[in-house]
Amino acid sequence: MTTDNSSTEVEVRRDASGLPERFENPGLAPHQERMADNDPVADKRAERQVVILFALSVLGTIGFLVAYFLVPPGETVASMRLSNLLLGTTLFLGMFSIGAAAVHWAKVLMSDHERQEQRHPQRSDEKVRAEAIAQLKDGAEDSGIARRGVLKGAVVTALALAPLSIVVPLVGEVGGDWNVSKFRHTLWKQGKKLTRDPSGEPIRASEVTVGSVFHVIPEGLRDEELWIEEKAKAIVLMVRIDPNDLTEREERKDWSYEGIVAYSKVCTHVGCPVALYEQQTHHLLCPCHQSTFDMANEARVVFGPASRPLPQLPITVDDEGYLVARSDFHEPIGPSYWERLK
Amino acid sequence: MSTSTTAAQRAAGGTADYLDQRTGISLAVKNFARKIFPDHWSFLLGEIALYSFVVLLITGVFLTLFFVPSMGLVEYEGPFAPMNGVEMSEAFASTLDLSFEVTGGLLMRQIHHWAALLFMASIVTHMMRVFFTGAFRKPREVNWLVGFILMILGLAAGFTGYSLPDDVLSGNGLRITDGVVKSIPIVGSYMSYFIFGGEFPGEHIIPRLFTVHILLVPALILALIGLHLFFVVLHKHTHFPGPGRTERNVVGFPLFPVYVAKAGGFFFVVFGVLALMGGTMTINAVWNYGPYDPSPVSAGAQPDWYMLFLEGSLRLMPGQGTEWDLWGYTLSLNVLIPAVVIPGILFTLLAAYPFIEAWATGDKREHHVLDRPRNAPVRTATGVAILTAFFILILAGSNDLIATHFALSINDITYVFRVLFLVTPFLAFWATKRICLGLQRKDRELVLHGHETGRVVRFANGEYIEVHKPLDEYERWIRVHHEPRRPLEIEPAEDEHGVRRKGYRMDAIRARASRFFYEDRVEPVTPAELAAAHSHGEHDALPAGEPETQEIGAGSGGGRHAVTGAPLPDEGDTPRPSVQDH
Repeated sequence: MTTDNSSTEVEVRRDASGLPERFENPGLAPHQERMADNDPVADKRAERQVVILFALSVLGTIGFLVAYFLVPPGETVASMRLSNLLLGTTLFLGMFSIGAAAVHWAKVLMSDHERQEQRHPQRSDEKVRAEAIAQLKDGAEDSGIARRGVLKGAVVTALALAPLSIVVPLVGEVGGDWNVSKFRHTLWKQGKKLTRDPSGEPIRASEVTVGSVFHVIPEGLRDEELWIEEKAKAIVLMVRIDPNDLTEREERKDWSYEGIVAYSKVCTHVGCPVALYEQQTHHLLCPCHQSTFDMANEARVVFGPASRPLPQLPITVDDEGYLVARSDFHEPIGPSYWERLK
Repeated sequence: MSTSTTAAQRAAGGTADYLDQRTGISLAVKNFARKIFPDHWSFLLGEIALYSFVVLLITGVFLTLFFVPSMGLVEYEGPFAPMNGVEMSEAFASTLDLSFEVTGGLLMRQIHHWAALLFMASIVTHMMRVFFTGAFRKPREVNWLVGFILMILGLAAGFTGYSLPDDVLSGNGLRITDGVVKSIPIVGSYMSYFIFGGEFPGEHIIPRLFTVHILLVPALILALIGLHLFFVVLHKHTHFPGPGRTERNVVGFPLFPVYVAKAGGFFFVVFGVLALMGGTMTINAVWNYGPYDPSPVSAGAQPDWYMLFLEGSLRLMPGQGTEWDLWGYTLSLNVLIPAVVIPGILFTLLAAYPFIEAWATGDKREHHVLDRPRNAPVRTATGVAILTAFFILILAGSNDLIATHFALSINDITYVFRVLFLVTPFLAFWATKRICLGLQRKDRELVLHGHETGRVVRFANGEYIEVHKPLDEYERWIRVHHEPRRPLEIEPAEDEHGVRRKGYRMDAIRARASRFFYEDRVEPVTPAELAAAHSHGEHDALPAGEPETQEIGAGSGGGRHAVTGAPLPDEGDTPRPSVQDH
């Protein structure tokens, strides 16, 4: 096992018959002349091609300016597309032609004789290394750091602590109030009306026919200061299923109303809105990662990367026949997190 | 005419003198102007990355002048009628303005997005080139790491930029990010707060992403590109094996003028192509998606291509039984494994590979001549295996589109990809290694027996041979230049006194790793082998006494290309003239 670079130089070892053990590098192959190297006509032609390419670029730039001034994006998607198309193609012409001209110039007109440069090992030689070490030693000696233990400690401590003045306020402020228990609660509470998303109209139980799907938000959502955050947690998907198809645990019997069930719309996998409902199978599919939940069976996972059923929102109707929540969700909605069950 | 030329020359000379007196720049010009760079198309891949980054900077500056990184809500009023009166963030509204009201704004947006995709694509293919040719070997391991970090930063730049318009698609992407971050044990919830400044989505994320996207990440990328190129100059570029190319030289063309024209021109080529893409191909038409709202979601949504593998990884993971309850705390393996562990393994393997290979093969020498991928079968096979896993994940990230386009069951596709993800990397490794060894054998075959000419010659004695044209020394050199690599041999476990040697166990592991790399090998032809092949003439004919068989076109293997009906006269050591003289 060699540790230096010397063996990369092929030493010619020979076998018994006097042949070298390995082939030897034949050296650079002879130069191949190009058309333009010998033929003045070809040379002139190549030069003309390069000039034409540069001229094309000038045309492209002029075209771009014309398109900019004469074809504004306008009012419609179509006029915007036209403006974009003209600007894009003329910019292409302006830029690409310069590139094509330069590359063509280099390939056909500039010298293509291969040249060599020598490489040197990256490693500094022993003398330089020794000098470097000596300098460091001298410097350390001058500073006296080795002899002054307390000083060494003081430097390290001060340098280690100083960044805290930046880090502590940054970490302190960057997470808002750092109150992660907010994950646990949503706007839903007893008597809160289920309303349509996004109009906010309340929904009567009689409007919810078998097989229909409602995207639901809590009443008064828009009055909340942080309504987007609240919406992100409180969105619900509600369907009515023929009670004969519905499987419910005894203790959850009163969470649904005449076959109307409401589940959190936030996927328990990584939080996408679960929005694709398949009426025939009662399956609800998350379009992001295809977790599939059975709405007729407590939103249990039937396929995909989610582990837990969607949390169910207990509902009933009020005196006027509007659907209302019986309580908040009984567990945190959305993706799992470390202290979820605490 | 001549006076104006001399005036110009005088001006140039004066400027140069002024600069040199103040900077001593002549030294740099003397050292670098005619610096030699080798030529190969694959060396352009890194250049594409560099130039797409420059295009990103140019178009990005344009965009920042019009984009408003704010989550404050406004009602849209503008030329795009379908959105009139819709409530949206200022970020989304200003993106619409950029597209509809700023002439050329849409072009800049689309060029910017295409350039980002090309940036990542060229980084990945450049990395593949470096990997498969062994350009990461000593002394370039450090630069491999710099490049690796640049790739990660490229991902960060792409991800943060993608989310800025605050549309439904990217908003759901952020929500997925939030879900992934929350799954991290112990600190997950706090990391979510750290990112969003409170609960998702909050009102901080767009301004924060903006700062990361236009300041932090580009500054780091710029600095590391500087370092990356500094190393290229310091180490001098690698070159492919070929006549005249050695570990001690670099063969190519001078920077000035050849690469000033070629590389400088190539910038304009890249810019031009990106302009054409931005002008003709719509990308991220956010006005179709609408502003972010936590409730809607679109089906068939894909992230940008470089994030697809993560998306695919998330989709493939089975959910059943993978969320664990540890003393009341929740461990979501169904998210952690696909989003953290699997990318972690892929990336760690990639970053550490140069060091793993150097250790396993005990190779401590500098390498400046690249490997042909076939001459490093295990490395090539490892790279292909990693790429295969990556590619399966990318496909899995598009499983819904595959399902809708080919009318297949999404469940079946997912089951199949789960199996493929676990199986195909091993199959790919095996197949690639066999293909590499096969190609090496083909090289040997070609060196030993020359090119087939299609000329069949009949001798007076009735013997037929096909004339083969031997390789000239330049053609041959490419196929025989590489040194035969063999597994490490280690000292025995016990010394002559029967005392167990220290460090034997480590050596034994290393020897096993080295066997994994080099046990199956095809060594290059030696001059002795070539001489033997030429002198005995048996490659031209079947040995005497064997029955008539036809092996024309049988490919590599036996190395018999001619048919004979009669025993051959013994020709001793003289090579056949008919084989030699073409």
